[in-house]
Amino acid sequence: MEFVFDKEKNKEKIESFKMFIQDHREIPGALMPVLQEAQELFGYLPREIMQLISRTLKIPMAEIYGVATFYSQFSFIPKGKNIISVCLGTACYVKGAQAILEEIETILGIKAGSTTLDLKFSIDSTRCVGDCSLAPVIVINDDVYAKVTKNKVKELIEKYRNGV
Amino acid sequence: MGCRKVLTLERLQQIRKEHRPILEARVGEAGNADINEDGSIVLNGDYYKKQVRIALKNCGIINPLMIEDYIAVDGYSALANILFNKSSGEIIDDMMASNLRGRGGAGFPTGRKWNEAFKYDADQKFMICNADEGDPGAFMDRSILENDPHSVLEGMAIGGYAVGADKGFIYVRAEYPIAVKRLRTAIEQAKELGILGNNILGTGFSFDIELRLGSGAFVCGEGTALIESIEGKRGMPRTKIHRTAHKGLWQKPTIINNVETYANVPVIFQKGVDWFRSIGTEKSPGTKVFSLVGKVQNAGLVEVPMGTPLREIVYDIGGGVQDGKGFKAVQTGGPSGGCIPAHLIDTPVDFESLGKIGSIMGSGGMVVMDEDTCMVDVARFFLEFTVDESCGKCVPCREGTKRMLEILERIVSGHGEDGDIELMEDLSETISKASLCGLGQTASNPVVTTIKYFRDEYEAHINEKKCPSGSCRPLIKYFITEACIGCTRCAKSCPVDSCITGKVKERHVINQDVCIKCGTCYEVCPVKPVKAVVKG
Ligand SMILES: Cc1cc2nc3c(=O)[nH]c(=O)nc-3n(C[C@H](O)[C@H](O)[C@H](O)COP(=O)(O)O)c2cc1C
Ligand code: FES
Repeated sequence: MEFVFDKEKNKEKIESFKMFIQDHREIPGALMPVLQEAQELFGYLPREIMQLISRTLKIPMAEIYGVATFYSQFSFIPKGKNIISVCLGTACYVKGAQAILEEIETILGIKAGSTTLDLKFSIDSTRCVGDCSLAPVIVINDDVYAKVTKNKVKELIEKYRNGV
Repeated sequence: MGCRKVLTLERLQQIRKEHRPILEARVGEAGNADINEDGSIVLNGDYYKKQVRIALKNCGIINPLMIEDYIAVDGYSALANILFNKSSGEIIDDMMASNLRGRGGAGFPTGRKWNEAFKYDADQKFMICNADEGDPGAFMDRSILENDPHSVLEGMAIGGYAVGADKGFIYVRAEYPIAVKRLRTAIEQAKELGILGNNILGTGFSFDIELRLGSGAFVCGEGTALIESIEGKRGMPRTKIHRTAHKGLWQKPTIINNVETYANVPVIFQKGVDWFRSIGTEKSPGTKVFSLVGKVQNAGLVEVPMGTPLREIVYDIGGGVQDGKGFKAVQTGGPSGGCIPAHLIDTPVDFESLGKIGSIMGSGGMVVMDEDTCMVDVARFFLEFTVDESCGKCVPCREGTKRMLEILERIVSGHGEDGDIELMEDLSETISKASLCGLGQTASNPVVTTIKYFRDEYEAHINEKKCPSGSCRPLIKYFITEACIGCTRCAKSCPVDSCITGKVKERHVINQDVCIKCGTCYEVCPVKPVKAVVKG
């Protein structure tokens, strides 16, 4: 699935980013600071922005992509407003964490490691968050939820969708 | 900015004089430090009494956001003095005589490195500060950058004057946002005052410093990879045809030093080479900062003279192992280092002594491990890290570490085979000899040292399918003994249905076929003094 980068919505950010590139295009090794600014500003590296960088700095897209994939701080998809981490450690796993994960994937229509198109949710899977006696455990943003069930998951997602 | 008045020596001294009482008053009020007769200010309390602080001397004392504070503790006096009274050659000579050795890991003599760039003629030279601190569990450099950023700037400027560089870069990891902010402020303030920038103190020497951020790649701590990254490329180490002191950043002579190395430089010029050499050992003068963490009572940053026995650091300063557990090992040098076993705890901590026993000083990570830590799993943990962080440029590192990790994963999950240890020893040798950069060359150290000192643990995993520390889950079993009082707590807390069964007030039983070895029953068992649940 592709994320559509809303140029209209991001107009101001794009303008400010263009200024940043103009200010930095002359400095040697400008690509890294420019990519870092883009990541900071947009939360990820939209294709359109990488094309803009490519045109302005006169660096081929392939090279930009090569650099961006090397460093773990750069992301090519945006993270959602709410990040759901599902524990797939052993304790959670036998208590049905896989089913919980699948339920969340079904409800949100995305797989673990990706983000919903409306940018409201991302799903991550983690290995043991150290609350095994409360299994299965999921963590949403910074809140830990213990002994979750399929029904509870639905409730929780609704709660966060409407913004708690 | 062009018409700003040049900072004069008098003005600098005046700031020092004016601001000193303000700083002293603040220190007096805070009460966390004592002002000595010689004017030095040191943190009080037992934890600090046993330390000798050079690189950390201002940490916790001055306000890092105020350049006046730094000046009030004689900051920038070394730079000023040098600019007026010493030639580049003299500084190089002093640095060589001090025998300051790089604190970033390898321990290369800083003076010799500077001399290489000094002698090499070029229209442009660079100073780089390596602030990429990648060792997980180590935060020495972070502390210096956040609490005493000017000492690093001053050290770099002195280096710049010595080798003939007018431009410096600080490469900071992006995971240190506070350090980045404080460095930014420090650079701004230094430029504003005129102690950095054009024509410093009217001497004609110019030096400018720029910040560059890392983006989450451990290998960028390696000098040539760091240079590639500043140049805006993938951070992969270069084939070492040239010395970076001759052809480094943009093929110009470049000096790369670690944060702590730079922080030592101004102090050496303030107090003199003889003073510096009187601390530490003959071959490793001065102090080293360690981040003492893991299963130790008093975790924190410790700065001690080189050659201090490990025991003093762990016991006298660190207060020994937590929770009265038995000491097993100290890991030094992070993913490039090794595990030092209990019987070698009297080893003096300096470059040579640690090297002799198979570990390294590294950048100063020091992780204390107790009887519950499985050494095979520690080796696996570090290998997983290197496999993740290997840049993939050279085959021995990219493929070799991966194969080694596979073997370790097999061993900790109970599928180790006869010959695995020998195979890993063989692989280690190849990887160490044939890898392109330090990452690969040192990647097997955690494996080699744990095999050397804890071979019995490997053998227990492989031959008996047992983890002596009771930490590798697939290899441990939980039992309930006759001491069980039938309180049902374990059965109620067990995350698995029908795993623990038993009637109230009767002995319970764990069904080994479904037990997931989460240890919850062991945690909750209230029987004293010995729990009714045992790990075996
Ligand atoms: C994989 C790898 C990672 C490194 N990471 C760092 C680091 O984070 N910080 C550092 O100062 N040196 C690091 N080094 C050492 C540098 O290559 C270099 O030796 C050092 O910055 C030189 O400065 P010094 O002489 O002042 O120690 C690393 C080396 C390797 C091979
Ligand atoms: S396995 Fe999920 S919290 Fe431990």
